[in-house]
Amino acid sequence: MLATQTAEYSVKDIVKSFGGAKALAGVSMSVSSEEVHCLAGENGSGKSTLIKIMSGVHAPDSGLITLAGKEFAHLSPRQAVNEGVQVIFQDFSLLPNLTVAENIALPTNILKSSKIVGKRETRKIAEEALGYIGVDIDINSPLVETSIASKQLIAIARATNLGVKMLFMDEPTTALTRKEVNKLFEVVDQLRKRGVAIVFVSHKIDEIQEICNTITVLRNGEVVAEGLMSKFKAKEIATAMTGSEIATSRIAPPLGKDSRSLLELEKLTSKNTFDDVSFSISEGEIIGLTGLLGSGRTELAEAIFGKYPVDAGCIKVDGKEVTLNSPEAALASGIGYVPPDRLTQGLFLEQSILRNIVAVGLDRQRSRWGAISKSKLAKIGSSWISELRIKTKNPINPVSSLSGGNQQRVVLAKWLSINPKVMILNGPTVGVDVGSKREILEIIRDRAQAGMAFLLVSDDIPELVQICHKVLVIRHGKISKEFNDKQISESAIYKELN
Amino acid sequence: MRNETVLILAIVVFSLVIGSKSPEFFTLANLFDILRSSFVQLLFALGVLIVIISGGIDVSFPIVGIFAGYTAVVIMQKFELNGESLLIPIVLAIVIGTLLGGVNAIAIAGFGIPTLIATLGTAGIFRGLMLTLIGSSFISDIPIALDQFSTSDLVKFESATGTLVRLHVLVIPITLITILISLILSRTLFGRSVYALGGGVEPTRRLGISVKGTQTKIYLLAGALSGLAGILYVSLQRKANPYDLAGSELDIIAAVVLGGASIMGGYGTVFGTVLGVLFINLIKNNLVLLGVSSSWQRAAVGALLVIGITLQAIGESRRNKRRRALSESEVESSE
Repeated sequence: MLATQTAEYSVKDIVKSFGGAKALAGVSMSVSSEEVHCLAGENGSGKSTLIKIMSGVHAPDSGLITLAGKEFAHLSPRQAVNEGVQVIFQDFSLLPNLTVAENIALPTNILKSSKIVGKRETRKIAEEALGYIGVDIDINSPLVETSIASKQLIAIARATNLGVKMLFMDEPTTALTRKEVNKLFEVVDQLRKRGVAIVFVSHKIDEIQEICNTITVLRNGEVVAEGLMSKFKAKEIATAMTGSEIATSRIAPPLGKDSRSLLELEKLTSKNTFDDVSFSISEGEIIGLTGLLGSGRTELAEAIFGKYPVDAGCIKVDGKEVTLNSPEAALASGIGYVPPDRLTQGLFLEQSILRNIVAVGLDRQRSRWGAISKSKLAKIGSSWISELRIKTKNPINPVSSLSGGNQQRVVLAKWLSINPKVMILNGPTVGVDVGSKREILEIIRDRAQAGMAFLLVSDDIPELVQICHKVLVIRHGKISKEFNDKQISESAIYKELN
Repeated sequence: MRNETVLILAIVVFSLVIGSKSPEFFTLANLFDILRSSFVQLLFALGVLIVIISGGIDVSFPIVGIFAGYTAVVIMQKFELNGESLLIPIVLAIVIGTLLGGVNAIAIAGFGIPTLIATLGTAGIFRGLMLTLIGSSFISDIPIALDQFSTSDLVKFESATGTLVRLHVLVIPITLITILISLILSRTLFGRSVYALGGGVEPTRRLGISVKGTQTKIYLLAGALSGLAGILYVSLQRKANPYDLAGSELDIIAAVVLGGASIMGGYGTVFGTVLGVLFINLIKNNLVLLGVSSSWQRAAVGALLVIGITLQAIGESRRNKRRRALSESEVESSE
């Protein structure tokens, strides 16, 4: 099924331009079988273009692709598959309506151009593939009913079936819990031992260090660092990616002594989800909330925003008890919420950046006659674009034209523009590159200094350590541990989580 | 509960209600009548089912059907073809239906026009072309073979009460076609590609399935089925009226959706569609027995369509909740 001797997969001096812009300016990279190679770089550094060239989606302007000794000026998608190049996209490219078995076996049938698809054969192909990577998933269940971690493994199984020799994994750990990441790494390691060259694309430096043997860092379409992983320190990788030093120390702003409490939860309980949760957030305070997937952290955040039912306990905003049974009620009391999945919950992708920014605050911009002044909106939108440094040529471009980090800033701008007293951020830096992440954290810090209270729900422990005054760990719906100021450290939080 | 199960229950309950009001309902004659009135609709519905599974919608099929049926009859008469042949008009209609399906395919796969708009547009074009170029008059003297076919019965006898019990011979070919479509959908790469397309266009493309090729095949097949349905309709009615069938899209789409096909694409079964068609016909033919005026038929079918889609939406949100619960328990059990 796989290559047995060491093979080399490389690109040399690849140049690729789109319109006038150079996406890749002479990139060379080499990956050998039995190695996990990290491809790192910020959004827009050229990573995806390189993947697309090696998988046959784009043809390079110049340069050479060498796959196990065979040279190509460019590849077609079919050629790439025939040479064993497979990509696992962030969205996995799986079909939700089909069963697990079919998702794994369908591409094999297409490759063999078999006209008839037998159910028994489909199951056999799927069982073999899952057995090969050593995972156990019910192949008869519909794909929609499997977890994200399983989907990732299913996508890998599918790739092995197609005779994968070089596997690109695009941000594979984004939505996984630590436990699931461990399982994924086991599988990746197994593939590596069986002679698959793996290219691991990720922003998460601690994970890259854990799994990768070698690294290539791209910035603005050029290779800025490469070599053995062991030769790099975390800080050096971050610096190479962004081109500037990044502070990993704590940057939580100082708290005023007698700041008043803006949000208080008293024994908040929702049956089967969270239980007896009490804490308070004062003016200018940033509180971190973390826990494994399913611990109740998202439900708790949604309950404060009126999206999840509460059975007992009470919520006080600015000292007054409030009933939050709808997002409208929460908004009216001065609570804002940025959901974790900006693509489906937070943004109107095809609408302009400007319209997205003003979407929440529309009501407040109405004139006496109920009309909405376009010029006023444009002014508000533009001021946020410059304040949050959203990189766009034109604010009337659709949000979908922005990179992930900039999209996230639009979501932030949208909620900041209504100036809530308490802002709940759920995974504000998921899928965002190192540079954007730093800027987003700085924005949060600045707002906190101006008096806004933040509840930061996140998986990203380093980020919580950097910016929070207090970190709460939730476990099976209960606050299991509270870390204050000096007690906050990555290792302590990890320990509490696992 | 599965959609098919719900539908079977609905059919049983409705039958019991009607049966209690009018004893003639539970007779073989009535059963055969319902089957006979379902043949044409089932053919149309199978075409619509394939389109809906692929994530599209077709509103041109009634026009494609009558265009093919009517034009086949006109060609037979104009060129004085052998009126005793049943095969010639049927083949003609299937060819015409396939060609019209090809026009839909060009609009949808070729130009990438959204399916609803594309078929709405082609429906208008086809109708206009038929009425201006082919003819607009009612034809009552259809070719003799087509006329006789309307009374070709597989079983025919007089029951004890004196009513004539007839089962049309079409029950055999229609059953075969239904099984064939079911096999195509479940066992062939083309069929699975239709489901894949309904699950997502981009993942399907990345799998190496030709999206345009699959769409083209879908609309050609739907056109062929509509053409066949059209000529059989003409035969069973023993007349060719170019104004017929218009408006029947409501019944057919309602039947397919009630049969469990998801209007968002990706889901649907032939068995469900068969049940959907039978159910709609049961309702339409027997509301009168319940004392409901026949003018309420369309309202009833429209209501059923809305109910069907609402049930789908409720089912979907239930599934979502279960999925959430599932992924949580998965996390917990791994801890």
